[in-house]
Amino acid sequence: MTAAPITPVHPAPGYLAVSGAEVVFLLLGLVVLGAAVLCVTSRSVVRSALWLVLSLGGLAGCYLVLTAELVAVVQVLIYAGAVVVLLLFGLMFTRAPIGRSADVDTPNRPVAAVVGVAAAGLLAWLLVDAFRLSYLELPAAPTGTAEAIGAAVFRHYVLPFEVISVLLLAALIGALVLSRPDISTAEHR
Amino acid sequence: MHLLYPLTLSALLFGVGTYALLARRNAVLVLMGVELMLNAVNLDLVAFDVWLRDTLRSGQVFALFVITIAAAEVGVALAIVLAVFRLRATVAIDELTDLGEPDALAAERLTGVELAKGADVS
Repeated sequence: MTAAPITPVHPAPGYLAVSGAEVVFLLLGLVVLGAAVLCVTSRSVVRSALWLVLSLGGLAGCYLVLTAELVAVVQVLIYAGAVVVLLLFGLMFTRAPIGRSADVDTPNRPVAAVVGVAAAGLLAWLLVDAFRLSYLELPAAPTGTAEAIGAAVFRHYVLPFEVISVLLLAALIGALVLSRPDISTAEHR
Repeated sequence: MHLLYPLTLSALLFGVGTYALLARRNAVLVLMGVELMLNAVNLDLVAFDVWLRDTLRSGQVFALFVITIAAAEVGVALAIVLAVFRLRATVAIDELTDLGEPDALAAERLTGVELAKGADVS
């Protein structure tokens, strides 16, 4: 049994016909990638966290271009807001050096660079090979409005939603027990 | 938009996160690498969701779940980092070698930072 070849209704435009959304996505992608590279190569740990904010905020812009509104808003709220503040809190609490420090990287930095470039290259080659001809027709109306996502979560994904709430409770209790020494060692004294 | 734009960005972001995971010494900076990798996967999920016009919005809902789990993971991981800092007064992950093999550790201490390749450690 052979599957019929899928012929697109509209032939996809070539890569030289760049649309407006592609230009915006390309610029946002350059911001995201540049900020991510600066984040992982910066010698100052606090600056590294601030570059991470720019990278994650740019990614929220990418989600907006892809018409995923709610994911973009949640990205700004949770990632660029809460997670980075938590990371900065961790940096301050472990008395990380504020200025530039020479030993933020381990000696196996060249190997890590080779592995990173190899992973990125391999993934990019695989994806280019698989989705070279795929064209993402951006819908006129946003697909990821709060209404649509909320309906999907509470109609089709109720069980994972509840499981995640239990997981958050477990993580909350676990973090509490780990960060209070008088709870965990009370029985051993 | 060609699907390759988000997919290539996600692949490159994943590579950057891998580099941070392997090269950074401070445990909090390693966590930042993990966050970058999770975000690369999220971008893939959203791009494929919009490409497939999923009526259940699976990709975007899964992206939200991943964001939630990442927040929980950062909370627990920072609690562990703070506990390690309280016990050892350092968060440099290459100094936490208590579970390593004693022979290899002794050889490494003798030869400095470079790995004891070919050295007689038996």
